[in-house]
Amino acid sequence: MLRYLVKRLFFMIPMVFGITLISFAVIHLVPGEPGALEAEMNPKITKEARERIRSFYGLDKPLYVQYWSWLTRIVRFDFGTSFATDRRPVIDKIKERLPITILINLISMGLIFIFGIPIGIYCARYKDTFLDRFLTSFVFAGYAAPTFWVALLAMIFFGVYLEVLPVSGIKSYDFREMNILEKVFDVTRHLVLPVCISAVGSLAGISRYMKSSLLEVLRQEYITTAYAKGLPESVVIRKHALRNALLPVITILGLSIPGLIGGSVIFESIFSIPGMGQLFYFSVMARDYPTIMGILVIGAFLTLVGNLVADISYAVADPRIRIG
Amino acid sequence: MVNKKTLIPLCFILLCLCLLPSCGRKKDTARYDDPGKPAWGDMIITGSIAEPSNLIPILSSDSASHEVASYVYNGLVKYDKDLNIVGDLAESWEVSKDNLSITFRLRKGVRWHDGKPFSAHDVMYTYRVTVDPKTPTAYSGDFKLVRKAEVLDDHTFRVTYDRPFAPALISWSVAMLPKHLLEGKDITASPLKRKPVGTGPFIFTEWVPGDRVILTANPDYFEGRPYIGRYMMKIIPDTATMFLELKNSSIDLMGLTPLQYVKQTDYPAFRREFNRFKYLAFAYTYLGYNLRNGLFKDKRVRQALAHAIDKREIIDGILLGQGIEATGPFKPDMWAYNGNVKRYDYSPEKALALLREAGFERDADGTLRKDGRPFEFTILVNQGNVVRIQSAELIQRRLSAIGITMKIRVLEWATLVNDFIDKRSFEAVLLGWTVPNDPDLFDIWHSSKQGVKELNFIGFENREVDELLVRARHTLDRGERKKYLDRLQEVLAEEQPYTFLFVPYSTVALHKRFKAVEPAPAGIMYNFIKWYVPENQMRYGSNAAVSR
Repeated sequence: MLRYLVKRLFFMIPMVFGITLISFAVIHLVPGEPGALEAEMNPKITKEARERIRSFYGLDKPLYVQYWSWLTRIVRFDFGTSFATDRRPVIDKIKERLPITILINLISMGLIFIFGIPIGIYCARYKDTFLDRFLTSFVFAGYAAPTFWVALLAMIFFGVYLEVLPVSGIKSYDFREMNILEKVFDVTRHLVLPVCISAVGSLAGISRYMKSSLLEVLRQEYITTAYAKGLPESVVIRKHALRNALLPVITILGLSIPGLIGGSVIFESIFSIPGMGQLFYFSVMARDYPTIMGILVIGAFLTLVGNLVADISYAVADPRIRIG
Repeated sequence: MVNKKTLIPLCFILLCLCLLPSCGRKKDTARYDDPGKPAWGDMIITGSIAEPSNLIPILSSDSASHEVASYVYNGLVKYDKDLNIVGDLAESWEVSKDNLSITFRLRKGVRWHDGKPFSAHDVMYTYRVTVDPKTPTAYSGDFKLVRKAEVLDDHTFRVTYDRPFAPALISWSVAMLPKHLLEGKDITASPLKRKPVGTGPFIFTEWVPGDRVILTANPDYFEGRPYIGRYMMKIIPDTATMFLELKNSSIDLMGLTPLQYVKQTDYPAFRREFNRFKYLAFAYTYLGYNLRNGLFKDKRVRQALAHAIDKREIIDGILLGQGIEATGPFKPDMWAYNGNVKRYDYSPEKALALLREAGFERDADGTLRKDGRPFEFTILVNQGNVVRIQSAELIQRRLSAIGITMKIRVLEWATLVNDFIDKRSFEAVLLGWTVPNDPDLFDIWHSSKQGVKELNFIGFENREVDELLVRARHTLDRGERKKYLDRLQEVLAEEQPYTFLFVPYSTVALHKRFKAVEPAPAGIMYNFIKWYVPENQMRYGSNAAVSR
């Protein structure tokens, strides 16, 4: 087990390196440079000033030199300084925004499991009934509909038409004057829409996985044996079938991390939540290379760690994997 | 399946709990029509799609940063509501007889937000740091023409130029920076970029990253304490979300698109809570031709195109009436505007006549040809700008009616500028310029400004225009300068290097509780410190929105 772990960790190094190399190349291939987008075609900004800004950021050097200097800094965990004109350390910018993104992702991941698994179980148990078809259509509709569109509809309905939920943001303006209970309540109200919307898209995956894996288990001989013993159905499903059927679902945990990070970019921008996804969106729009790279490295790292954790927990949960 | 049975109702109950109380916002709207009496307090909330980047204005080039900075800092001079230059931190100024130097007399008793007095040394510092080659600023151009800057005493400052420079005075409207907090330090690393200290009507209070920036009224402001107690810029990256927040009255001030102005905000409930204002924007949209291209070398072809395009149709159909026809690079409510220039009414017949003169003939299927080659070109438009893309489509239809094939290519902004305009590999572009307050057009029209990244990218070369631009630039007397500018506009109208399409209206919605708002050529924000909310209409308490 330990050897396996060390091997996996070791293989992560070239992977991260490859990811950074490709990301670095791609973002520099995109036309436009930091600071230039606003300054483009602006009569007040002279050519000399533009050159001065380029050399200030080191953009006049060849690309491989820029990459090398970035790489030598990143191995020392120095994320560099943002190219946005605020010139703040990238790590500070990410640090202040990471918690809210992780919070929302954890809650929506929780929701996905709380709703997705029971839906899958129900659909497997009562396969081909009306409710099975209804739930399946529902989760697929959620999966197929574009997040931003569903989000806007929900905002119009709950925020403008019914006026029961705030449209965007995470806190009310009078947040400071609230007591602790009101504060929790206020943040909860603000989180309802973004969390539900980010969860709805992923329900389909998890419930389908659950359904198919449970159906497969239910076909096994030992389930027939369990029924033959005269056990009640709820015990058969809970004690015998579910334990085995849940194993593949663990893998999804690790695999869903990149999707959630990507999703954050969209719903954080729509709901104006000051998280990492929104920072990424702004940074791309401003061609703030160090911040983009910083977020990509952290995203890549989280994804790889997620995969590793999924593999390990799989091994912990299933003795067959551990031995093999 | 115990978890399902208990959890789902539980979640449902929680959800209902969240939905129930709607924080009891008052819906009593009729009272907003009462003008009331000026009172101190309340807060104004504006939306911004981007977060400010740096609140030291010489270091940033984004509009969000400059908007916040405009309330925190002052320049030496500023524009009044009719776009005349008036004193700001300078009480008065004198231009020397030879027109080479300006002596500013500064206001006495002005204090920085931290209590230190403002003096001519701060002006000197601002000048020095702007022209310092180590400062990564985009705005050193005008200050580099200064030959000598001197502090005569604490409240007198003089600058001298090598030759008279018309935009000199207004170039001193840039934000003055506090020397005592910045001198001797690396300005790019200064904490002031996130916690600015100025002399302006509002004091910086708080910046919640990615969420909002809050300013508080300066009780000691030299022009009087602003009535509105707080200013908040709320960062909402998505424009559709911002519009919903406006409808929800969560933000008070937002610029509207023509569609939003004409259709989506024209219902009683919205009109009860919001005033809508419009004034001519400082911008125009044009169709620019690459004059290096043989097709557009002939003036008659460009004039023909101007006749072939129906500007009225674009304004009525796409701007929904929210604009006026442009005749040149200025807008009618500016002193520099010359309305007596050649105009091109919509007339396909005149267009065809001019094209025939230029050697084009229509063949059997109606296509215009010269020497066998059909009249064909592509125009480039930037992605996301719906007004421009739709205008291009209308132009396309009008041109095809007289036998010209025009293709439209929509490109992302950076690609359009870097790969096409900078490389001069385009035939025509549909773009816009902002109209500067000071009518100096040297950078856009002078034939020397054709280098990479320079703005005469269409390659316009005209001796008379070159001379007029230089003269206008170095003449301080407004009457004389206007003579040159008038002639300049006549030549441009005759030459039609661009087809000047339209000047749009800026249309904004502002919550009704704000009074004393008077639209003028300068817009509506010029008298912001005089806006007020009557006491019985105030919405936010004195501590609202500040998280610390």
